[in-house]
Amino acid sequence: MNFLEKVGLGKSRSAKDAKERLQLVLIHDRAGLSPGRIEALKDDLIDVISKHVEIDRDLVEITLTKDRDRQRLVADIPLAPPRRRR
Amino acid sequence: MSAKIVTITSGKGGVGKTTATANLGVALASTGASVVCIDADIGLRNLDVVMGLENRIVYDFVDVVEGRCKLRQAMIRDKRLEQLYLIPAAQTRDKTAVSPQDMIRLTDELRSEYDWILIDSPAGIERGFRNAIAPADIVLIITNPEVSAVRDADRIIGLIEAEEKGPGKLILNRVKPEMVRRGDMLGTEDILEILAIDLIGIVPEDEAVLVATNHGVPVASDTGSRAGRAFQNIARRLNGEEVPFESLDGRDGFFGRITRMMKAGGEG
Ligand SMILES: Nc1ncnc2c1ncn2[C@@H]1O[C@H](COP(=O)(O)OP(=O)(O)OP(=O)(O)O)[C@@H](O)[C@H]1O
Ligand SMILES: [Mg+2]
Repeated sequence: MNFLEKVGLGKSRSAKDAKERLQLVLIHDRAGLSPGRIEALKDDLIDVISKHVEIDRDLVEITLTKDRDRQRLVADIPLAPPRRRR
Repeated sequence: MSAKIVTITSGKGGVGKTTATANLGVALASTGASVVCIDADIGLRNLDVVMGLENRIVYDFVDVVEGRCKLRQAMIRDKRLEQLYLIPAAQTRDKTAVSPQDMIRLTDELRSEYDWILIDSPAGIERGFRNAIAPADIVLIITNPEVSAVRDADRIIGLIEAEEKGPGKLILNRVKPEMVRRGDMLGTEDILEILAIDLIGIVPEDEAVLVATNHGVPVASDTGSRAGRAFQNIARRLNGEEVPFESLDGRDGFFGRITRMMKAGGEG
């Protein structure tokens, strides 16, 4: 909150917050995948992929996104640095 | 004559389904159409008090379903509008007393004799909701400009599409223009963008609604209030009339933008 908002002159714009939070929560609602389930999915995915290639577990990211008319699970799976792989 | 069956539903409770059903019933009947309002909220009967007909109830919808009376016997005629009727919900039973097939069978009996059948859905996504949408030709989803109500509306829109009753049309109720203007309430455009659905009406927060409910005379009975006029406009839009969306906040740009958004989204 800036000075103007504190003295009641500016816009507090909580509606903007509401909109952003709604957009995020609806992405999960519509896919039927809660953030917790995505974490579980991520752990499973890491286990499966690790059987084949060494990956950097801490940097794996799974995100639900939406483009025009389709929702997507996007996985970003960085491999372990080359020297550790050998 | 073949009635159009309109179900008013929301997911979240208390957003204005019963108020909207009573007012759309009054507004449609005021134009000379014949209208039957069915209270599908079994166990939590309320449409009767909002319409001011609670003292005239003899039979209810479950009595009809279970064959204790004829459909016509359960229909209560409005005090002012000759062509407006209510079929009350049972108060001492629950939603399982009625099935979606019962709803379809009984509304089919009415179709040939009336212009509109309005169904007031219970809150929730269970049996009562499924009963209410089973016979619908048009589903109106009502919501408030508030995070949880919009979220539930999104869920309902998904379920309605899954039941092939979509796409449905949105009534945004209890809008406070002053809060929208200062950025503290979700605006119509935000909500339409989030829900990706056609709009059929915007109803302002209006004390006249409560006053009218106290008397048992829906606000749409006269044009004296903003909420009453908003419901009358929704009735006209249901009738296929092109009625501009009222600019609640007195800004000129607002109505133009909403109209453009509607066009871009395509009329359903
Ligand atoms: N536009 C409005 N302005 C002011 N008050 C309103 C407005 N619309 C509805 N209300 C009030 O909100 C309350 C809830 O309305 P209503 O009973 O129609 O909701 P509902 O969706 O049918 O609830 P339920 O889910 O319990 O069936 C009532 O007290 C009603 O008077
Ligand atoms: Mg109700």
